[in-house]
Amino acid sequence: MAFMTLDQIDVSYDKKKQILKGLSLDVEKGELVSLLGPSGCGKSTTLRVVAGFIDPQNGSFTLDGEDMTRVPVHKRNFGIVFQSYALFPHLSVFDNVAFGLRTRKIGKEVIEKKVMEILEVCGLTEFRDRFPKQMSGGQRQRVALARALVIEPKLLLLDEPLSNLDAKLRVSMRVEIKRLQKKLGITTLFVTHDQEECFSISDKVAVMNGGVIEQYDTPEHIYSKPATEFVARFIGFENFLTLQHVGESRYQAPDGSRFLVDMECPADDFAGTIRPDDIRLAQNGQTENVLDGTVGVRTFLGKSYQYEVNTAAGVLRVNMNTSHEFSEGENIRLYLPSEKLVLVRR
Amino acid sequence: MRKNKMLTAFAVLVFAFLMIPLLIITVTAFGGGSAITFPIDSFSLKWFGNVFALKSFRRSFLTSLEVAFLATLIALLVGVPAAYALARSNIRGKQMLKSIFLSPTIVPGIVIGFILYQFLILTLRIPVFASLLAGHFMVTLPYVIRVVGSSMEQFDFSVEEAAWSLGCPKGAAFFKVVLPNVTSGISSAFMLAFINSFNNIPVSMFLSGPGISTFPSTLMNYIEYNYDPTVSAVSVLLMAATVVIMVIVDRTLGIAALAK
Repeated sequence: MAFMTLDQIDVSYDKKKQILKGLSLDVEKGELVSLLGPSGCGKSTTLRVVAGFIDPQNGSFTLDGEDMTRVPVHKRNFGIVFQSYALFPHLSVFDNVAFGLRTRKIGKEVIEKKVMEILEVCGLTEFRDRFPKQMSGGQRQRVALARALVIEPKLLLLDEPLSNLDAKLRVSMRVEIKRLQKKLGITTLFVTHDQEECFSISDKVAVMNGGVIEQYDTPEHIYSKPATEFVARFIGFENFLTLQHVGESRYQAPDGSRFLVDMECPADDFAGTIRPDDIRLAQNGQTENVLDGTVGVRTFLGKSYQYEVNTAAGVLRVNMNTSHEFSEGENIRLYLPSEKLVLVRR
Repeated sequence: MRKNKMLTAFAVLVFAFLMIPLLIITVTAFGGGSAITFPIDSFSLKWFGNVFALKSFRRSFLTSLEVAFLATLIALLVGVPAAYALARSNIRGKQMLKSIFLSPTIVPGIVIGFILYQFLILTLRIPVFASLLAGHFMVTLPYVIRVVGSSMEQFDFSVEEAAWSLGCPKGAAFFKVVLPNVTSGISSAFMLAFINSFNNIPVSMFLSGPGISTFPSTLMNYIEYNYDPTVSAVSVLLMAATVVIMVIVDRTLGIAALAK
């Protein structure tokens, strides 16, 4: 049995709207697992169920073999970092961090020692007497993290903790979070809508949509082999082809072009998909995985141009490096490599 | 930046409109004649002495202080939890509940006074002081809920959730985390409610009895029979007291805290 298990969790705010529909999730000890999805997919609700802020109508939550479903928030001993940081405005950095220790009957010297240790780890020693409103977003973020970690929580819950920071700080903070998390070996749930952020620090990612988990796997695997059309779209697959299964690894588009795909057919209702970056120009003599098209609108992306190419199988978005420009109306032949073409459930 | 002359003129006009009556009252308080006149023909401080000499003034002043203080305290004890509940919960009919809590401010005070007289004193035969307190509680509660509520609504309740997650039970978290962050709202609610109760006439008028009368009611009675500058002297003393209180508030909390 996994360290943390959510089993068939149902949450609905009123009878009409169900937020979580029989959600199940297993997390191993020491893992950093992300819940990824667009707003309204239920990822924050899942985190709030784990935290104890929401009681699920059905289902159970077990941690380390213990049923936590009805344990009140203040007895769970989880560290939570909120999107707004939620620091205590009327307390200094030291008192903010010490808050969780003072609620447990611990001696003053021990508290002082533990707080100073964690402030040191988070690089906050010099700020111990500051108040939250005297600090920058990144500093507040670190105080929030220190406050959550100092109680030595059984679980660390992060609710979009980086979304209020500027882009540069976000990258350095996520490295910091990963470093602390590995160093302390603390099992962590991380909620985000930013796929880059999520892939960069997670051991596993649960992609959520409409109150269920669509795919739960390692970031590498999700990135290269999304399981469903929703997941594929969410992580940057922009081209979808209607294909028909015509034989072992062989597929056909409605216009008759033939494709070889290195994977099993996942379902009866499926589509072929490929990233704009993975489409190339066809070599002379290639006949499979090839589509003829005419160049449409071109947009500049920095390291490449993106073309909309009209083909018999629909409009494809294709990224090409900037060494050669194609002009509108030009005819090109596209090659969709069999190892890059992915079949997804619709 | 170029100053807008029209705006300045308008501001001066409004300011004058507000201040001139106060100035006139202040001047009349120092008059030597036995009627309120402006300008005064002779200078005297005897009316100030008269204020302190009148037993009914002293007694009703203490009654008013007592009623205002107790009514405000009870209104805070009821209003703060109510405002918290309204800000925190998402129950249906929240807007309606809010309107109900604020409704005494839109019903004319005289109606409230009369109904409370009818109901509390004539029907239930509740003692006058308790009835007076109940009436003032009713008048001050909306201010408390309004002011504390708006400061609760600005409060980020994930701060409270953070306290829970750090091992603080819900009740304790309210006192340790929520209350300290709405103190400015509570102190301005206290001031507003206290002043409203102290100034109230319509409710107090009905809910007075033998030996129990509030300061403004006594003042009104006095004016009916004596048109002398004692009333002006009282006003000057009250204004002075208000200024002193405002200075103290400003030094300790900052006037800005009241405007929040």
